[in-house]
Amino acid sequence: MITGERKPLSEIKEMVAPFKKILVVGCGTCVAECASGGEKEVGLLASALRMDARMEGRKVDIKELTLDRQCVFEFIDQLTDLIDQYDAILSLGCGAGVQAVAEIFPEAVILPALNTTFIGETKEAGLWIENCRACGDCKLGVFAAVCPITRCAKGLFNGPCGGSKDGKCEADANTPCAWQLIIDRLDKRGQLDLLQKIYPPADWSRQQGKGPRKIHREDQEI
Amino acid sequence: MKYESRLKKVLAAGHFAVTAECGPPKGAEPAVIRRKGRILKGFVDSVNVTDNQTGVVRLSSLAACALLKKEGLDPVFQMVTRDRNRIALQSDILGASALGIRNILCLSGDHQSFGNQAQAKGVFDIDSIQLIQTVRQMRDEGKVLGGEPLSEPPHLFIGAAANPFADPFAYRVIRLGKKVAAGAEFIQTQCIYNLARFKEWMKRVRDRGIDEKVYILGGITPLKSARMAEYMSKQVAGMDVPEEIINRMKSVPADKQRQEGLKIAIETIEALRQIKGVHGVHIMAIEWEEAVPQLVGLAGLYPRPY
Repeated sequence: MITGERKPLSEIKEMVAPFKKILVVGCGTCVAECASGGEKEVGLLASALRMDARMEGRKVDIKELTLDRQCVFEFIDQLTDLIDQYDAILSLGCGAGVQAVAEIFPEAVILPALNTTFIGETKEAGLWIENCRACGDCKLGVFAAVCPITRCAKGLFNGPCGGSKDGKCEADANTPCAWQLIIDRLDKRGQLDLLQKIYPPADWSRQQGKGPRKIHREDQEI
Repeated sequence: MKYESRLKKVLAAGHFAVTAECGPPKGAEPAVIRRKGRILKGFVDSVNVTDNQTGVVRLSSLAACALLKKEGLDPVFQMVTRDRNRIALQSDILGASALGIRNILCLSGDHQSFGNQAQAKGVFDIDSIQLIQTVRQMRDEGKVLGGEPLSEPPHLFIGAAANPFADPFAYRVIRLGKKVAAGAEFIQTQCIYNLARFKEWMKRVRDRGIDEKVYILGGITPLKSARMAEYMSKQVAGMDVPEEIINRMKSVPADKQRQEGLKIAIETIEALRQIKGVHGVHIMAIEWEEAVPQLVGLAGLYPRPY
């Protein structure tokens, strides 16, 4: 999933300060799973902003709406008949959601309430970890399903570096050394010889491309 | 080729090599480099210049190497992959050779979060092993990455680092083998305080015959104080300072601790000379270059062959 964290309330307040009618729009997919932008979080943020306005004696009209997905036109379309009634849309979607809404309603003010953080997994209740950098050239098959680009602080293809100690990363003692994980897994499977090979430099053009990447599939066209 | 690597010449002739480290200043003054160079000149075969070590901005390794070259020293250009992408790395490799620099040490580098630019973007376009391979390809095949030919290849003796004290221990020798397979010709190790572990590592190196394919220089850092020993043990990534070394430093009064540090270093050098497959020492006297001539003399490694 794509994870996000809500911005501090002070930053959000500053962004919405010029507006009187605000629609807080959540997303029911990734950011709902990571408890930062779903229906519940939309309700919490809207209440906080309303209470804040009341305390400061400001009159604002704040409404709530959560789309199933904020990055797909079919769902964004729910806003078509509403959007003119608001001065600003405060989106709790990820960066893709915010931009998708703005593409469809270029005249409207769309503000991000989240900091989009990473592609990751729910490790346990309240803990999400990053495990994919969307490099466009997945090599998990040779690295025992541990991504060294994401999980090694230096993104080494031929690790571990000299800072791996007691299974931990030199950059953060609370993070497991990705290379220790790779080596342990391959060792258990008797496949350590896979690591004798020198992996050549990555093709970062598959990640960086010439600006934003596209996937175009004719078989999906209508 | 106008110059040759002195380090390579010393090692090829079968001498026990001595190299030292020179950390550039946090400023633009060339005098600091020259002063350090003059202290070391004649006592070491080559001088390594660190490349923004621990992610702290310093005068560039390439510029400092050029200054040392002018002073008549044989510099080892340290290059980390943290700060430059493959375009800049290859460009500086060519530049180093053009300036008469004849040795390169290929490293990944300390993570940027350690230094005074913690908000910097870590580049890591390629890793240290890929950098070794790149220099080797440029030098031996006369081609840059991607295969385009060079009008003149860089003339560099290629080195890499090894840390026998990092984990996982069993894999450390395999990784050294990878560095050698990638094209490393000399290896400089992390500072050795845990001799027992180093000996075990060297045994595994010999078991795989790696010592026949590469020159290994053992890392030596004389301790200045008991506090430094404790700091290195706890705070420096990839360092193994056993309790007995810390206690030994603590057992002497503060004003005698530098002397004790030198004694430990001399004993370590003597022990290393007895280990089959160790071809020299690399002395990293951190901000204590004055210790190097003394250490080299007391260890019986002076005068140098060339």
